[in-house]
Amino acid sequence: MPTKVKKNHRKEERSLFALGNEAVVEGALLAGCSFFAGYPITPSTEIAEIMAERLPRLPDGVFIQMEDEIASLGAVIGASLAGRKSMTATSGPGFSLMQEHIGYASMTEVPLVIVNVMRGGPSTGLPTSPAQGDVQQARWGTHGDHPIIVLSASNVQECLDMTVRAFNLSEKYRSPVILLLDEITAHTREKIQIPNRETYEIFSRIKPSMPPEWFVPYEESMRGVPPMPALGEGYRFHVTGLTHDVNGYPTSRPEEVEKLMQRLFRKIDQFFYDIQIIEETACEDAEVVVIAYGCVARSAHLAVLQARELGTRAGLLKLKTLFPFPRPAVERFIRQCRAVIVPEMNMGQMSREVKRVNNGLSSVRTLNRIDGQIITPAEILKVLQKA
Amino acid sequence: MAEVTQLIHHYLRHNKRFPHVLCPGCGHGIVLGSLVRSVHQLGLTKDEVVLVAGIGCSGRIAVYVDFNTVHTTHGRTLTFATGIKMANPRLKVIAVMGDGDALSIGGNHFLHAARRNIGVTALILNNNIYGMTGGQSSSTTAENCYSTTSPYGQQEQSFDIVELAKAAGAPYVARSTVLHVKLLDRIITTALARPGFNLVEVLTPCHTQFGRKNKFKTTVDMYKWYKKNAIPLDSLSKLPQEEQNQRTPIGIFVEENRPSLEERYAAITCRLEEASK
Amino acid sequence: MAKDKQQVVVSIYPDWCKGCGICAAFCPGEVLELGPDGKARVVQGATCRNCGFCEHHCPDFAIVVKTKRRIANNREVDHAHEG
Ligand code: SF4
Ligand code: SF4
Ligand code: SF4
Repeated sequence: MPTKVKKNHRKEERSLFALGNEAVVEGALLAGCSFFAGYPITPSTEIAEIMAERLPRLPDGVFIQMEDEIASLGAVIGASLAGRKSMTATSGPGFSLMQEHIGYASMTEVPLVIVNVMRGGPSTGLPTSPAQGDVQQARWGTHGDHPIIVLSASNVQECLDMTVRAFNLSEKYRSPVILLLDEITAHTREKIQIPNRETYEIFSRIKPSMPPEWFVPYEESMRGVPPMPALGEGYRFHVTGLTHDVNGYPTSRPEEVEKLMQRLFRKIDQFFYDIQIIEETACEDAEVVVIAYGCVARSAHLAVLQARELGTRAGLLKLKTLFPFPRPAVERFIRQCRAVIVPEMNMGQMSREVKRVNNGLSSVRTLNRIDGQIITPAEILKVLQKA
Repeated sequence: MAEVTQLIHHYLRHNKRFPHVLCPGCGHGIVLGSLVRSVHQLGLTKDEVVLVAGIGCSGRIAVYVDFNTVHTTHGRTLTFATGIKMANPRLKVIAVMGDGDALSIGGNHFLHAARRNIGVTALILNNNIYGMTGGQSSSTTAENCYSTTSPYGQQEQSFDIVELAKAAGAPYVARSTVLHVKLLDRIITTALARPGFNLVEVLTPCHTQFGRKNKFKTTVDMYKWYKKNAIPLDSLSKLPQEEQNQRTPIGIFVEENRPSLEERYAAITCRLEEASK
Repeated sequence: MAKDKQQVVVSIYPDWCKGCGICAAFCPGEVLELGPDGKARVVQGATCRNCGFCEHHCPDFAIVVKTKRRIANNREVDHAHEG
C-alpha cells in the first residue's frame, strides 16, 4: 500500500488560545465524544454552544438541546446505552437537577461525563462568580450509597487533559465521571496545546466478545467491570435502576443485592491508583503543604513559590482527582509535614476529608472564602508563614 | 385467528418467571400482547426494537419482553428515548409510560418530545391512577373520582392526553381501550411504521387501585364500562351534544406527515458535509 | 376467520391464568367459565366461534385457540415467528 501523507491538520499537534470551556470541548472531541445534550446555564453555556457548532460537522456527531438538565442527562444516558461516548455540561442549579440520573448511571453502570462549572450557591446564588461549593454534592448528591469518580482542573490546559481523562475513566470503569470546574477556570483564556490523537491514550468501553446467547450482562469478574454492548448489537438485555441480579433483572434477595453493591464499589476501589491523579510541587522537603484544587491551586502555586523565597519550606499537593479521595497521597504529607493547609472556596468541603484522614498526626489549617471572590496568593502566603 | 398466544410467547423472555407481576385483569398485559403482535406484523427484529419504560406498573412490562429493554426513571422515559433515537436512528424506539409517569412528573418531557417530533412511538397506559404506589390521584384522575389522596373526590380538572398531544404538535395521535384490541393493534402498528413522534393513549383498567374506590365491583365491570362508554371517533358526531360530552372517543385523531427531528438533523449534517467538500 | 366450530380447540394454561374472568365474561360462544379453583376452563368447546377474543384479551397470555389443522402441523408455528 502506498504511504499516504495525511493532510488532516487535526491530526497534528496545534496550539490554541482558548477558554477553559473551549478546552473542555477540544478534550471531549479528542476523547471520541460524539453526543452532547444540555441546557443553557451560566457559566457553562459556552460548552453547549461550541458543541452545537462542532458536533454536526463531525461524522455521527449529535448535539441536542433538551428542555432541562434532567432531560439532558437522560438523553446522555440513552445515547451512551446506544454506544456513544456522551456528555453534558452544567452549573449549580442544573447540577442539582441532574442528581437523579447520576444515581441511575451509577446503578446501571453507564459511562458518561458531566462537567459542572461551579458557581456561587446555594440556589440561584451567584451565577457569574466562582465557587467550589459542589464538591460534596458531586460525591454524595444522588441518594443512596454509590461509587463515583470526581475530577477537577485548575487551568485551561488541564481542562482539556482532564476531560480526556474523564472520558477514559468513565469508559474503563463504566461509571459516570464528574469534572468539577469553577467559573474562573472555565472563563480564563490561555494558550494551550492540543495534542494529536496518537500521543494520547484513548480508552473505549470493552464490548462483549462471546455469542449473544452466552452473554450475562452483569456477570461477576476479576475486573468487576462487565463488557457493555450497544443497544441493537444483538445482545438484548434489560437495563434497570432497580437493584438487579447478574441478568439485569430486578431482585431484592439480600445476597444478590449485596453482591451487586459490593461489585460497584470494588470496581472503583481496586483501581484506585489508576484513578488517583495528583500533582506535587516542591513537596520533597516540604514542612508545610498546601492541598488545593481548581482555581485555588493556582493561587496556592504562586504562594508556595513565594514562601520558598521567604525561607519557608512549602509545597503544593494539587488534587486532580477529588473522589475517590486520594487518601494515600494526603496521608503521606500529613506524616511528613508539621501542617497542611486546605484553602478552598467553600466552608471546608475538602478539608473535612483531609481532617478525616489526619487522625491528629498533623495540624490541618483551613482557609475559606464564600463571597464569590478568588482566594489570592497573598492570603495563602499569610497562612503558610504562620503555619 | 389462531395461535396468537404462541406468537407472543415467542417474544417473551424465557428466563423470566410467568405469570407476570401485574394484578389479575390488569390491562397492561393486553397492551404488551398488542405491542408484540404489531412488532411481528411489521417484521421488525427483536434486536432493532428498544423498549424504554418508566416507573410504575406500566414500566414493569419491559422486563418480560425479549427486546432491548430499558427501565428508566420516573417520568423521564422520553428523555432516554430521545437520546437513544438521536444516537442511533436505525433503532425502533418505543416508550411505554403510565399516566402519572408521562403527564404528572414527566409532563414537560412529553410536551417537548411531541414538539420536537423525535422518532419515538409513545404508549401512555392511562389507568387514571397511581397503581404501584397504592392508588393516589394522577393528572388524569377525573373530577370527583376517589383515590387515596382525593378521599372526598378529585377537585382538579384532569388532562385530556389526546388534546394535549395535539396542542404540543404530535403528528400522530390515537386512542384506544384495551377492550378494543383490533383498533389497538391497528393504531400501534401504524404508529410503529411511521416516522416521528407517534402518540397512542391506551385506556386500561386498574381495578385494584381505581376500580374498587370508584364503584366497579370487578375488573370485568371496568371492561364493560369501556364497552359502553368508548365510541369510535367518526360515530361521535352522530350523537346529541350532551351525550357526546359523556363519551370517550377512540380512534385516530391526528395523522400528518412532518419530518422527524432525526431526519432533519441528518439533513443538516449532510448539508454541512457537502459544504466542507 | 374460520367459522367451522368443530375445527377449534381452546386450551388454557392454569398456571398462568389469574382468574380475572375477562375471557368468560365476553366469550360470545359461552365456551368459557371460571371454575371453582378460580381459573378459567372450557365448558363447551363445541360452541367456540374462533373469534379470538379470549386469546387477544387474556392479560396473562394463558389462552391458546388452535385450529385442528394447525395442531397436527405444529412445527409451522415455531418457524413462522422467528424474530
Ligand atoms: S395496581 Fe393497577 S395498574 Fe398496577 S398491576 Fe394492579 S391493576 Fe395493573
Ligand atoms: S382472561 Fe386469562 S387470566 Fe383471565 S380468566 Fe381468562 S384465561 Fe384466566
Ligand atoms: S375464540 Fe371466541 S368463542 Fe372461542 S372461546 Fe375464545 S372468545 Fe369464546
